[in-house]
Amino acid sequence: MKVPNIPADHPNMTFKASLMSATELDRALKRIAHEIVERNKGASNLALVGVHTRGVPVAERLADLLHKFEGTRPPVGKLDITLYRDDLTEIALQPIVRRTEVDFDVHGMRIVLCDDVLFTGRTTRAALDALIDMGRPASIQYAVIVDRGHRELPIRADYVGKNVPTSASEIVLVKLNEIDGSDAVELWERD
Amino acid sequence: MSSMQQRSTSDTDPRLNQATTARSSARTVFRNAHLVDGTGDHGVHDLYVKDGRIEGWDLTVDSSAIDHEIDAQDRLLTPAFVDLHVHLRDPGQEQKEDLASGLAASAAGGFGTVISMANTDPVVDEPGLVADLVRRGARTPGARLHPAAALSHGLKGDALTDFAALKEAGAVMITDDGIPVADSHLMRRACEYAAELGLVIQTHSEEPALRADGVMNEGAVSRKLGLPGNPDTAEALMIFRDGELAHMTGARVHIAHVSSKRGMEVAEWLKANGAPITIEVTPHHLTLTDDSLTSFDPLFKVAPPLRTTDDVAYLRDAVRRGVVDNIGTDHAPHTRAEKERDMLNAPFGISNIEVCFPLLYTELVLKGELELTNLLHLLQAGPAAVMGWTAPSLAPGAPADLTLLDLEHSAPVKGVDFRSKAKWTPWEGQSLQGWPVLTMVGGRVEFDRSDLAQAVSI
Amino acid sequence: MAAVPAASRPITIPNPVSETPREGSPRRGRKQHLLDFADWTKDEVLALLDTSDVMAQVLTRTIKKVPALQGLTVATLFFEDSTRTRLSFDRAARAQSADVMSFAAGGSSLTKGESLRDTLRTLDQLQADLYVVRHPAAGVPYQLARWTNAAIVNAGDGRRAHPTQALLDAYTFRNRFGGNGAFEGKRLAIVGDIDHSRVARSNIELFTKLGAEVALTGPTTLVPREFADLPGVTVTNRLEEAVEGAHAVMALRMQSERMTRGLIPSFAEYVARYQLTSEVMKLAHQDAIVMHPGPLVRDLEIASDLADGERSVIEQQVANGVPTRMAVLYTLLVGQK
Repeated sequence: MKVPNIPADHPNMTFKASLMSATELDRALKRIAHEIVERNKGASNLALVGVHTRGVPVAERLADLLHKFEGTRPPVGKLDITLYRDDLTEIALQPIVRRTEVDFDVHGMRIVLCDDVLFTGRTTRAALDALIDMGRPASIQYAVIVDRGHRELPIRADYVGKNVPTSASEIVLVKLNEIDGSDAVELWERD
Repeated sequence: MSSMQQRSTSDTDPRLNQATTARSSARTVFRNAHLVDGTGDHGVHDLYVKDGRIEGWDLTVDSSAIDHEIDAQDRLLTPAFVDLHVHLRDPGQEQKEDLASGLAASAAGGFGTVISMANTDPVVDEPGLVADLVRRGARTPGARLHPAAALSHGLKGDALTDFAALKEAGAVMITDDGIPVADSHLMRRACEYAAELGLVIQTHSEEPALRADGVMNEGAVSRKLGLPGNPDTAEALMIFRDGELAHMTGARVHIAHVSSKRGMEVAEWLKANGAPITIEVTPHHLTLTDDSLTSFDPLFKVAPPLRTTDDVAYLRDAVRRGVVDNIGTDHAPHTRAEKERDMLNAPFGISNIEVCFPLLYTELVLKGELELTNLLHLLQAGPAAVMGWTAPSLAPGAPADLTLLDLEHSAPVKGVDFRSKAKWTPWEGQSLQGWPVLTMVGGRVEFDRSDLAQAVSI
Repeated sequence: MAAVPAASRPITIPNPVSETPREGSPRRGRKQHLLDFADWTKDEVLALLDTSDVMAQVLTRTIKKVPALQGLTVATLFFEDSTRTRLSFDRAARAQSADVMSFAAGGSSLTKGESLRDTLRTLDQLQADLYVVRHPAAGVPYQLARWTNAAIVNAGDGRRAHPTQALLDAYTFRNRFGGNGAFEGKRLAIVGDIDHSRVARSNIELFTKLGAEVALTGPTTLVPREFADLPGVTVTNRLEEAVEGAHAVMALRMQSERMTRGLIPSFAEYVARYQLTSEVMKLAHQDAIVMHPGPLVRDLEIASDLADGERSVIEQQVANGVPTRMAVLYTLLVGQK
């Protein structure tokens, strides 16, 4: 049995299970795209904003799908939420701050925030703050590939690829071709 | 305790006449002491002291007649050192140092006699102030104190003080040390007057306008740090002036703390051409360079400033060649708060009297740069000769001013253990070898390193 | 049991508090202070410039504020007054939601000539996380750093260093010449009173570190000879020689006290030999920019028309002070533990 590569700088986790295959991931995104159209009664006035890092390819793929279904591709923005994190004074690693690229005016738009995993909800809160600091959207919806539970804030996702109950010591890794070279959703255990 | 004796006004060694409470009628013997003085290395002997003087070597004396026995354990016993240049800050600046702490610190450094500088508050420019220092010094344990008096009133450089009266009161040297004498005419008159009275004039030779507001040596380091610099030319120029005036007037001029190669070259030339000058160097100018200032620690801020490696090398060479007459510490204590100011505002000065010997022994003698006999000469016979005093010796009859040195003992410098109030020094933590372990002045032990109870009073 | 996935590129383990793996969050050499750039690597400086980009963008939004430094306190200690620089730091701190306390010279807390340690002891009661310090004596930031756990940013110490000025100058330069390779093989010319200038010293340090060359020119009395020995630095007393082919020409302030102390014979002579004019700038690189740390004295160091002209980036320099200082505060304060 071939064990997936343990990341070189973090040897302390073990692979546990595959949660979604590449095909399943693709299907989930298609379903989410349809749900977005249905909920918003079309794709007008819609924009997708991906949360760095893996939320960005999610947003791009959803935009491509919406283009296929509806004929127009909604604008896609990239949001870096580092400066909005609530844990900046506690962390040991200093995160690199990336540029936020939202080239359209958020005012009055229906924004679909896209991310890979919804966990405690803190990243989502930071993303909401960052987005609202840019202007006043008409509404903000939230799309994630995996909801793994353990919310610490009253946050919910509007569109979910898969609900996966997890324990605190587990890690959900969403791998995306654009970044990781392949598509997969995996469950790992921290040693 | 013997009663105070009258001072003589003759030019003989003042120590022969100066009474100190240190004079003791007790008999002490140093067993197995390795005796070294200006006349040579005399090997290991028992040295007897009585009535404040050296009684003799290897005498046959009944143990009942011995009050005090010190086992020297083959360590070096040598005449206590003489420092022509210390700042005791008393009167008026006792927060930095006072007679008690300063003279105790001197003894801890192996010094038996010190000359105190006059830039106190008030300035020592009146005979009454001199007499007061003499009186209080006699009563204070530690090294013997001979005050210097100011050359000009208030160190202002305008009007000469009354040299004769000052000498009468007990001043042994005239100096405006701290402040250069800017007016050459005044300096000339001072030289003429001092020559007439047989007084030594000590000079702080720095041309004021060139020195300006420099806080460190002017050079590559000062330009890199953007700190105002004090060029060696300021020193060289003034040494030339002071030496020329000495030559012109016949005054005995003692050039204090020569810090640079250029300054030393000028002094050397003057001496060789017959100027009656003597040359002093400090321990810090022989061991530290202006690179130290890159730490931005005002502990290294001193006047004249620390110079370059080339300067240090040349000074060492001059010491080796016998051009330098004495090593004077220029011990200049300041409070901790003062030395924690910024580089522009912190006062100049290094607290060094307690580490002078171990520093020079470690950095120069042990590294083969200087012979021990040379070092001892610069601390004993050299300074005595500058002042016209009898050379310190271990011969019977000489005053019992002795220091016992443990040349094998290595220890880190710990300012907190200093007797001086200024417990902050550039060499903090540095391991040095060759420490004075006991100092006797006039037959009385004024410093004993093993005496932990001998805490300094603050 | 699910099929084992194929081997893929290594992923970093997420920080326990965050939810998703954050790619590219390497452990960075944690810098505690910005006293000068002596112990900063070229990459660390480039990272500061990249972060400045992000910060510049924050300042273009409707809400020009992020909560990154919320709950942290920045104290400005200006023993030497400078409203402009102090306000620039103030803005940089507030834009990241930090609290700011200001102490100015002449106030009861900051008396020149007092023990720095004692001054700091009093201020430390206020528990600032970072001190921005400007002082007329070189080395004060180093001294303060010995006596506090707070971070120290040097806002100018004597003539020695002014690192954030150099940073905003480098940022301005990079914005014109593009990207992180912007500095290699390029030349910065600095004109004027180099000896008395902490701006000059810091720019020499920073631009050479980033791979550029620096040419210094000015009256001989005001340009230290030893600087020619520094790597990447040339010294000339001819303005034309320094400006020729330069990508940026920076004029320094000429203060009147230099004249009273005999360092320059007169302003007229300085203007004749060292003033930057459009004519002289023809010798520079075709895209060359004109810089000045301010405040500018018109028609002294720079001819008026040049100061207002296309090549001048002087106003941008001032504007760039805030994002670069934001980047500095962020870099020193975040990830503190």
